[in-house]
Amino acid sequence: MLCQACKERSATIHLTEIDNGQRSETHLCQQCARQQGLSIKSQIPLDELMNTLLSSQQEKTSQQSKPSITAASDHACPNCGMTLGRFAKTPLLGCAHDYTEFQSELLPLIEQNHNGKSHHCGKVPTRICEHDRNEIERNKLRQQLDQAVKNEDYEAAAKLRDQIQALT
Amino acid sequence: MRPADLCNYPSSWFSGGSNAVSDIVISSRIRLARNVAGYEFLPCLSAERQQELHDRLKEALLSIDLGEKVWCVDIDHTSDVERNLLTERHLISRRHAKGKGPRSVVLAEDESFTAMINEEDHLRMQVYAAGLDLDACWQRLGRIDDLIEEKIDYAFDRQLGYLTACPTNLGTGLRVSVMLHLPALKMTGHIEKFITAAHDCDMAVRGLFGEGTDAVGDFFQLSNQITLGLSEQQIIETFSAVIVPKIIAYETEARKALLSKKPYALDDKIQRALGVLRSAHLISSQEALFLLSNVRLGVNLGRVKDINIATVNELFMLTQPAHLQLRAGKILDADQRDTLRAKIIRTKLNRN
Repeated sequence: MLCQACKERSATIHLTEIDNGQRSETHLCQQCARQQGLSIKSQIPLDELMNTLLSSQQEKTSQQSKPSITAASDHACPNCGMTLGRFAKTPLLGCAHDYTEFQSELLPLIEQNHNGKSHHCGKVPTRICEHDRNEIERNKLRQQLDQAVKNEDYEAAAKLRDQIQALT
Repeated sequence: MRPADLCNYPSSWFSGGSNAVSDIVISSRIRLARNVAGYEFLPCLSAERQQELHDRLKEALLSIDLGEKVWCVDIDHTSDVERNLLTERHLISRRHAKGKGPRSVVLAEDESFTAMINEEDHLRMQVYAAGLDLDACWQRLGRIDDLIEEKIDYAFDRQLGYLTACPTNLGTGLRVSVMLHLPALKMTGHIEKFITAAHDCDMAVRGLFGEGTDAVGDFFQLSNQITLGLSEQQIIETFSAVIVPKIIAYETEARKALLSKKPYALDDKIQRALGVLRSAHLISSQEALFLLSNVRLGVNLGRVKDINIATVNELFMLTQPAHLQLRAGKILDADQRDTLRAKIIRTKLNRN
């Protein structure tokens, strides 16, 4: 079934409304439903699947407005010549320095894309100095601590807290 | 070895045996995106520097122990149909096939490892395994990554992690994908809920075959979208311990429900598919995927006894357009492809 709004994508949201005994049905794709401000989280019978899937992730703040980069800026990176206007179109950056050069514009976008996260918690190249390595390790432990508190596993949380302090 | 040599047999990641898990999870894949410190990302990299970088990465890759015999394909100097063959086998991305300038792929002979040089990032490496085996994928890929790092300095930032051309890959640069066959969830009308649920927990769902993102023949690719702020192990564990087991359980339940409540409807679907595949003289790749998907379900559920799963899996791979053309040794138009496809399917399914 095609989406009634865009008539391009297939409809995945099926809304039945009963108003004064009058029944009406609307069939939309996910994008169009979002545009029309319809919440698509609530009406799913496969409750258990949903809950498991959702609880495995941190809860998202509901429908924030998407930070976007306007093509207005023609400020160019001195290293590669990339501008935010050009980035907004592709969206690929020109060099590693762009992340520093356009930090204030890119950071909200990065956080939005990565569910509010902005600090690396994973693998670290061996050549990285001990100071930076410890900082990333602390990030990782803090994240585990948050998770432990959320799961009400206070024993694990206490251990993690001690580990973080030992690194500071 | 040349890409054309691959056209007569299926990829190892699509030829796993039949068991409760691999009936549903066809394969697992982990990919890492890396860039080399001191070089611009590809949108701003001059042709000269792109060549220099290409040669450095190729040399580094060929000098380390990748666990398998490897070969290198110069994508820039490969024919269109061979590029398409590599895309159909998931050895390179569409972007890599259509890209410009010096670029290559280094791949293991058994196709379990591939490294694209100068794709969207300087280096994109991936490891495949048949069935659900993400831990093994990561163990191998992590080790390869360590070996390269001994020779090449990666672009890395202490806050943002591994730096990538697109901010959506920042941090770990890690993308986990599992390829799923979910025909029963589709038949019982639950597939759209699966897709919505996946989107809600920041997973992307794509089709496994063909152009575009539509899932054809009930095959889906599920992958993570968040790469920053989680460790590699956390991302992988979310898949192997939480999400995938649930999906397997629901698909299994849907299969049981079909068997107990509507066995006649199920058999009708499977046997009709088999009937068309065994007798058609013209068949498009879309139709073939749909019908083979039903037959695959039938074989996995024991409703079709005279065909083995390897034959079905093989047909998915070998009936794709570039595979057909390299097998025929010439460029074929759509009608000729549909004729050859139907002939191969008829021969294989009637012989059994």
